[in-house]
Amino acid sequence: MLAKSGIAALLRGLSVCSLLFSIAANAQDDPFAEYHEMMGDDNPAIFVIEEGAELWAKPQGPKQASLEQCDLGLGAGVVKGAYAQLPSYFADTKQVMDLEGRLIYCMESLQGRDRADILRKPYSSTGDMGTELEALASYIADQSMGMPIATPQNHPAERAAYAMGEQLFFYRAGPYDFSCATCHRQSDKRIRLQNLPNLTVSAGAGSAYSTWPAYRISQGLVRTMGWRMQNCAKQQRLPQLLPGSEAVVALIEYMSVNGTGTEMAAPGLKR
Amino acid sequence: MLKTKILLAAVAVTALASAYGESGLKPDAKTVKAVWRDSMVAKNQAGLDRLNQTALEKACSNASDNVASDTEREQLRQAATNSVVYPADGKFLGDWQRGEAIASNGKGMQWSDDPNKPNGGNCYACHQMSPGEVAYGTVGPSLRNYGMRGRSEAMLKYTWAKIWNPQGYRVCSHMPRFGDAGILDEQQIRDVMAYLFDPNSPVNRK
Repeated sequence: MLAKSGIAALLRGLSVCSLLFSIAANAQDDPFAEYHEMMGDDNPAIFVIEEGAELWAKPQGPKQASLEQCDLGLGAGVVKGAYAQLPSYFADTKQVMDLEGRLIYCMESLQGRDRADILRKPYSSTGDMGTELEALASYIADQSMGMPIATPQNHPAERAAYAMGEQLFFYRAGPYDFSCATCHRQSDKRIRLQNLPNLTVSAGAGSAYSTWPAYRISQGLVRTMGWRMQNCAKQQRLPQLLPGSEAVVALIEYMSVNGTGTEMAAPGLKR
Repeated sequence: MLKTKILLAAVAVTALASAYGESGLKPDAKTVKAVWRDSMVAKNQAGLDRLNQTALEKACSNASDNVASDTEREQLRQAATNSVVYPADGKFLGDWQRGEAIASNGKGMQWSDDPNKPNGGNCYACHQMSPGEVAYGTVGPSLRNYGMRGRSEAMLKYTWAKIWNPQGYRVCSHMPRFGDAGILDEQQIRDVMAYLFDPNSPVNRK
């Protein structure tokens, strides 16, 4: 489905090699730091961003239309700065939508594509080459690079989404009694060696939100905010959380509003 | 005309707010659960019934991380204490090496996990234990040298109950109810206990 970039594949291979090399060279060293040393500030996500830009302009679906007329909140076709102002309320659907939900809507409405088809495999499995949604999210997030998070709270539905997100965040359930808050209500804590952002405060929510989507070195893939949410719910031992769903939008609303003002730095580069 | 418009807008706003509960915008627990349910699909072993909350989960789903009512908190604490099943044969300690494997294993009960394999305890996600394992989390307290605190019957029973259902000691504890929720079986808990208490366990060695 997705045009494969040979260079991206090569780079993915390289990233694995460099990781193996650094581990073999000195097991005590942080592979992430080693990776940085070898790759500099280069983020393999640049190739995924390019793929996303191509997909944005590519005619697809029964209507053979591109996504270039998709309104991401700042008007039809405006991509620059749009991601920093999502989620937001859309009059055409009378809903608050996040980027992924909005993209799915545009694929349906502009391109005439089938929702079930789009949702069949929104996120890559480890070892895959990346999905359309991942590439588009990378391209669109990159177009907000350096801009402060400015998720609007003007429409009552946007404020309601925030209030809902807060309640979802503290909802404990499942065999492990976990909520989002179990891991993300305190600062300076970690799971194994992974630092946990405190999403209830501005610094934590800002640093976390501003760096998704992110290129995950350990997976050789770009992961999106929606994937992060789905994976967190999985670790909570809950059922599968769907991209663009009301719970995902509300949780992203809660997180991004809490992180207001932090400069966007996505696609980020993560372990 | 303009007045009517403003009035209509106000009505619309009120209707929306009330859909999310009475007190301002704060949605009630029923609505919150419905949003979770409508946003998820059952997958492998993780069914939608996992969104049903126990009384404790309900009472602890708030920003304060506590149960406001003293009476309710005490009831929940007592129920948790009563839930603990101690080993019938009085044997609290198993094999520390098997316990170490359980403490290191983070799998279990996720929709991506094999339900035919035993669940892990994932102790290292949150606790420091052996000095040889540097990849430990800090959400829970360090358990380094745990066995040095003594191995009296009272200490063994306390620790067993803490693993079985930590809500008996601190209501709204973040730790899973490993015994009560059926995450680990009796023998697995014995093995984890041995990992904590055995003098030969790395937890208690330099």
